[in-house]
Amino acid sequence: MQEVSTEKKEFVPNIVAFCCNWCSYAGADLAGSSRLSYPANVKIIRVPCSCRVNPTFVLKAFQQGADGVILCGCHPGDCHYVTGNYYTRRRMALLFSFLNYMGIEKERTRVEWVSAAEGARFSAVMNDFVKTVTALGENKRLTDLRVKEGE
Amino acid sequence: MQRIGVFICWCGSNISATVDVVKVAEIMKSEPGVVYSANYQYMCSENGQQLIKQAIKEHNLTGIVIGSCSPRMHEATFRKAAEAAGLNPYMVEVANIREHCSWIHKDMDEATEKAVILVRTAIAKVKLNAPLMAGESPVAKRALVIGGGIAGIQAALDIADAGFEVDIVEKNATIGGRMAQLDKTFPTLDCSACILTPKMVDCAQHEKIDILSYSEVEEVKGFVGNFSVKIRRKARFVDETKCTGCKLCMEKCPSKKGLNEFNMGLNTRPAIYIPFAQAIPNVAVIDPTQCIKMKTGKCGICQKFCGVGAIDYEQKDSFIERQYGAIVVATGFKPIELTAFNEYGYEENKDVITSLELERLMNAAGPTGGVLLRPSDNEHPKIITFIQCVGSRDTSGCGKPYCSKICCMYTAKHAMLIREKYPDTQVNVFYIDVRTPGKNYDEFFRRAVEQYGVNYIKGMVGKVYNENGKLMVQGSNLIDNEQVTIESDLVVLAAAIEPEPSVRKVATLLTASIDTNNFLTESHAKLRPVESPTAGVYLAGVCQGPKDIPETVSQASACAAKVIGLLVKDKLKTNPCVATPDENMCNGCSQCANVCAYGAITYVDKEFRLGGGKTEIRRVASVNPAVCQGCGACTVTCPSGAMDLKGFSSKQIMSEVEAICKK
Repeated sequence: MQEVSTEKKEFVPNIVAFCCNWCSYAGADLAGSSRLSYPANVKIIRVPCSCRVNPTFVLKAFQQGADGVILCGCHPGDCHYVTGNYYTRRRMALLFSFLNYMGIEKERTRVEWVSAAEGARFSAVMNDFVKTVTALGENKRLTDLRVKEGE
Repeated sequence: MQRIGVFICWCGSNISATVDVVKVAEIMKSEPGVVYSANYQYMCSENGQQLIKQAIKEHNLTGIVIGSCSPRMHEATFRKAAEAAGLNPYMVEVANIREHCSWIHKDMDEATEKAVILVRTAIAKVKLNAPLMAGESPVAKRALVIGGGIAGIQAALDIADAGFEVDIVEKNATIGGRMAQLDKTFPTLDCSACILTPKMVDCAQHEKIDILSYSEVEEVKGFVGNFSVKIRRKARFVDETKCTGCKLCMEKCPSKKGLNEFNMGLNTRPAIYIPFAQAIPNVAVIDPTQCIKMKTGKCGICQKFCGVGAIDYEQKDSFIERQYGAIVVATGFKPIELTAFNEYGYEENKDVITSLELERLMNAAGPTGGVLLRPSDNEHPKIITFIQCVGSRDTSGCGKPYCSKICCMYTAKHAMLIREKYPDTQVNVFYIDVRTPGKNYDEFFRRAVEQYGVNYIKGMVGKVYNENGKLMVQGSNLIDNEQVTIESDLVVLAAAIEPEPSVRKVATLLTASIDTNNFLTESHAKLRPVESPTAGVYLAGVCQGPKDIPETVSQASACAAKVIGLLVKDKLKTNPCVATPDENMCNGCSQCANVCAYGAITYVDKEFRLGGGKTEIRRVASVNPAVCQGCGACTVTCPSGAMDLKGFSSKQIMSEVEAICKK
């Protein structure tokens, strides 16, 4: 047990964050201008709306070695495109439970609502997510499923 | 083969303090596809832009990446620079190495490494960028104002004065709105009608303003600059062009028992009526639920007496369709229903009234001719108790969580006016807090207390009940820490205000967003307070949030300025980052159209060559680029992957994911 925990400390997860242009990307900008830090291993991809994120993007990230994927959008009811984030919520609920079934723990995937005014929340969400994923350890790649490992 | 240029900005020391910008620029030189890489103190400056322009020309760059501040900050600046150098502005990508990197990380190695990845990601994306052309759409030089209260009137007058045509659509038979019902206005105590009715007349006489009263918006199509709006002109059963407003019909009408809405139901009106003396248009309307002729077929007295033959019992709703460049929503408010507040006994006791009812009772044109008489027995009330925050600042779920903003001031006004006119009257006010921010507002409130001796009691009221014909108001006095019961002749409730319920329909038609309290949402709470997030839609008055008359008028004028700024343009540039279907892959299933919040997707029949001289006609999706807002909901919904989004294509985002994840 001791050995495992020291190994985990060295592990730095790679996190892909999809942020909608109107709320969460602006929230991340606000976190920056407020100097609210979060780990450097979070990298943000700007999308017009969280509903632009195709489940295949998430799959691709895990396939390419991401350890966690987070989608951030406007709060329900505040979507710049009226209803986009509702689609995100439903699509990702399905995808994440499917990924969990495949062995990508549900803690590695997340949808969060961060408004353009919530710089502090953006930073807090990212810190928490990195902590959670770090505790989980490296992601077993999609090409390297647990089924194989168990054999 | 792409020829990419990379430009790393220092942003003074904002980026360079934590990111080794020179090193980043150096590393980028050896990236595949990159033919030029430079760093500079301020890329956004004149010199920085010059550097970019020069490099584009000298190195024949096909795409550029700027590693700098957020694209929300300077993407437009760099696009303009690229365009000036002959590069398509959409061949520019910005890597955010300030807000998302240098400002939040302290360790130089860590931040530099991240900056390298972010710039690489942008390079990966820009390689897949395609030149995009912003389309143009014409602007219809006419504005629509929905709602004819003071907000709509002010906005319409300002827009019309700038020389543009304006239509006011008002659902009631007259414009004027809530302000027309008021007696005096705080803090100057001007007579409301004296300052409002001249503006109503101005509207009616303005050659650029068309008042469509007794009308409602039925359907809205189109987009900023080019809205096509269908308006229902409800049947008033009176020919608007013939009626002279002589009111003879009102005198002769035998059915006089309709509740007078303008007087808050405190008295009655005939079935054919003009809402109030200064109504604009000054044209009668028949209430078909009350008219004897329309209910039984027998009567027709008004028709007989009408000297100009304006009465038409057969009139039907008609529709008009017009084009507008911009729309102002000014649908106003109403006091909340008090059914959830049994403790105040509003339903049971005639002498428990709302402030708006008191307003009519004190108005010279009101049911009592301006003499304050209580409704139950027409006696002078000697003790009047006001209760504040009835349904405002109420988190119990019965009322509204927000402050209605105007009640503290109008109650001080009522109290003051009553004490002035009837000095023998005792006036009590139960309040939670007195909120008087505004020019000359606190002075006004203090006058009520200090000069007019209004008895303010800090505390909430638990119950109003009738005991031997007297209204007993039981509440707490928090200053003296005691329970008090005040015998009163009249109790006035400062009912919370809420958006006029019809705003929900209007918001849906306009795809304008609305909050949990039914207030329309502004684009930015501080910096774009009169614009709806839906382009071309502007918000004035209480439909956007509680506010008083001065604020409403300011907001209406601000709306007008925005509308004028839009209408002076002949053409609008449209966002080229829109959805586009691959017609060969589309099977016309309609799923994309179902998720489109803007109705941008329609279907067309197209002929496809099958080879061997055969053709086939198939139904495929077609996106109207002027309507599409570019959210991308359809791209993910499409089961065959036919739909893609320009500027944020699946391939582009995939390449970004890959660049970030590559180890």
